[in-house]
Amino acid sequence: MANMLALIHNETLKVWKKKRFAVIVLILMILIPVFVYAQMKISQSTTEKFHSDWRSELQSRITDNTNALSSDRIPEEWKKWRRALVQQLQYYLDHDINPQTPNAVTFTRTFMDNSVTLFIPLMVLAIASDLVSSERSTGTIKMLLTRPVRRWRILMSKLVTLTLYVSLIVITTALLCYLVSGLVFGYGGWGEPVFVGFQVQGADVNTNGVHAVTQGVYLLMQSGLIWVSAMVVSIIALMISVLVRSTAASFVTMMATIIAGTILANMASSWKSAKYLFNVNLDISSYLRGTPPPIEGMTLGFSLAILAIWGAAALIVSFTVFTKQDILN
Amino acid sequence: MNSTAKEREIVLSVQGLQKSIGRKPIIHKVSFDVYAGEIFGFLGPNGSGKTTTIRMLVDLIKPTAGKIIVCGEDIGTHPERALAHIGCIVENPEMYTFMTGWENLEHFARMQSGITRTRITEVVDIVGLDQRINDKVKTYSLGMRQRLGIAQALLGNPKLLILDEPTNGLDPKGIKELREFIRNLAESGMSLFISSHLLSEIQLMCDRVAIIAHGDVIAVGEVDELVSQAGTYTIWQADRPEAAREMFKDQPDVQLIADEQHQIDEGLLNTLHEPIITIMDESRITDWVNRLVAAGIGLHSVQRVAPSLEELFLKLTEGEKIG
Repeated sequence: MANMLALIHNETLKVWKKKRFAVIVLILMILIPVFVYAQMKISQSTTEKFHSDWRSELQSRITDNTNALSSDRIPEEWKKWRRALVQQLQYYLDHDINPQTPNAVTFTRTFMDNSVTLFIPLMVLAIASDLVSSERSTGTIKMLLTRPVRRWRILMSKLVTLTLYVSLIVITTALLCYLVSGLVFGYGGWGEPVFVGFQVQGADVNTNGVHAVTQGVYLLMQSGLIWVSAMVVSIIALMISVLVRSTAASFVTMMATIIAGTILANMASSWKSAKYLFNVNLDISSYLRGTPPPIEGMTLGFSLAILAIWGAAALIVSFTVFTKQDILN
Repeated sequence: MNSTAKEREIVLSVQGLQKSIGRKPIIHKVSFDVYAGEIFGFLGPNGSGKTTTIRMLVDLIKPTAGKIIVCGEDIGTHPERALAHIGCIVENPEMYTFMTGWENLEHFARMQSGITRTRITEVVDIVGLDQRINDKVKTYSLGMRQRLGIAQALLGNPKLLILDEPTNGLDPKGIKELREFIRNLAESGMSLFISSHLLSEIQLMCDRVAIIAHGDVIAVGEVDELVSQAGTYTIWQADRPEAAREMFKDQPDVQLIADEQHQIDEGLLNTLHEPIITIMDESRITDWVNRLVAAGIGLHSVQRVAPSLEELFLKLTEGEKIG
């Protein structure tokens, strides 16, 4: 086992020395302040508009959405979603909870929710995409594979390294988000209640299972789900990286797949079998919020199962190809 | 020497190696043995299957058929045990350019048990890279990368060192140093497997050689023996070339060679004025010089020229057809 630790040490060191993680932190340090500023502007303008009365804001959103329901021009799928939203907003209003209170934790939660489909995968790909293909394109794979170590152990060490970095990316994103936004919004908000357990059943939001958890717990649950989806993205990227020699090609392939996924999900498509694609199932933290799924019949359990199947298949392909493949150039 | 070599320990044994890519056979049947402490040359033109064979020796390519045994370990079934005895550089010595030389060596040292810090310092000293070892590899020249590659290959004290075209891109001084270096390693008991497409290089460096062409090993043996098989030319330059040519004609111990019958390097022939190309035994030269001088023919030069690789191939493949 000491051997395996040494291999993981090697792989972690190489990613670190390539300054990939440093670039990710740099990007976060630039982007987060931008979003914090935007969020600040939004809350300022809403406060002005409603004279800091969030109840009337909530009420007006409910009215807006209810009005939209009676319009004929809005398709049925959209109406479903709006009906669910209205019920949810009504719930907040009835229980005297301001869903918009800006604080560092709320901001972090919102930021994480919005980054799960594109931003987090992008950062994960910066590391996953060239884990194997860079060794091939630079030729160092010849040195790596002619050492007295079984090939599967080498790939395993890369996989463990990838897991470490994915975890680090999710934690760092949440942490930096909290630290930076706290400067503006204050560091409180851990104990605020958030409602989870909304279940969308057809047109209705089933509120039977709804219960309050603190924002801290919510953030933990959310980060866990984001980690799962990021891991699946990175494992599939690792497979592409094994199959494709060029880092650029493997990065572009993955990015295109993920973007295609978000587009498909936004089409609220009537193409039902699209729900078996992994890239439509990446936004698993949305199940916590109770937003209706992109395609009917998708639940948290369903999405997790689909992601697990895709991840397992990618691992099988990666290990089979990597241990058998001829290194011809 | 051949018979004593056979009693020596076999470090690498290649038996009936074959490789097809898709349906196309690339390597037909390659077999040879490398003994302990010898410098074994692997000679073949580009595209003859040299690199494919080397890649099979170090488990980068899986053979379609055949066996590779390194110090008694089959590379097909226990690659990790077999590779522990091998140090290699396949084509260019590619290291991680974003790390220092030292970090690279540490990286590869971690992949094998029992390599201490002292050993790393040792190999750095052996290749003479101690001045620049803490610089990033991207600042290294090709020669320095070559040295770092060799240092990496030597880390695990291998029984067999495989170098693929090691003189590529080196200047003449570097080549000379490398040759001495390789000699020293062999004297310390290590076996070296060196591939090249240049006969002269193999002649200068190696004890024995396997010659590969079109995916087949066409000859294995002592380098000098193989070269003499192809015949060495004796080239004469005289003040009256016609008269000299007349005297060589129809003599039992001299064979006159017409222009289209040889493949001596054009560059060499162009520097000679009206050369007379012959094949004769070395022992007959003095006698012939005397006879020509006695006949009043002045001599400018007499020289012996080794056959080119192409010629050697031609001779060897001809022999195969007859056999």
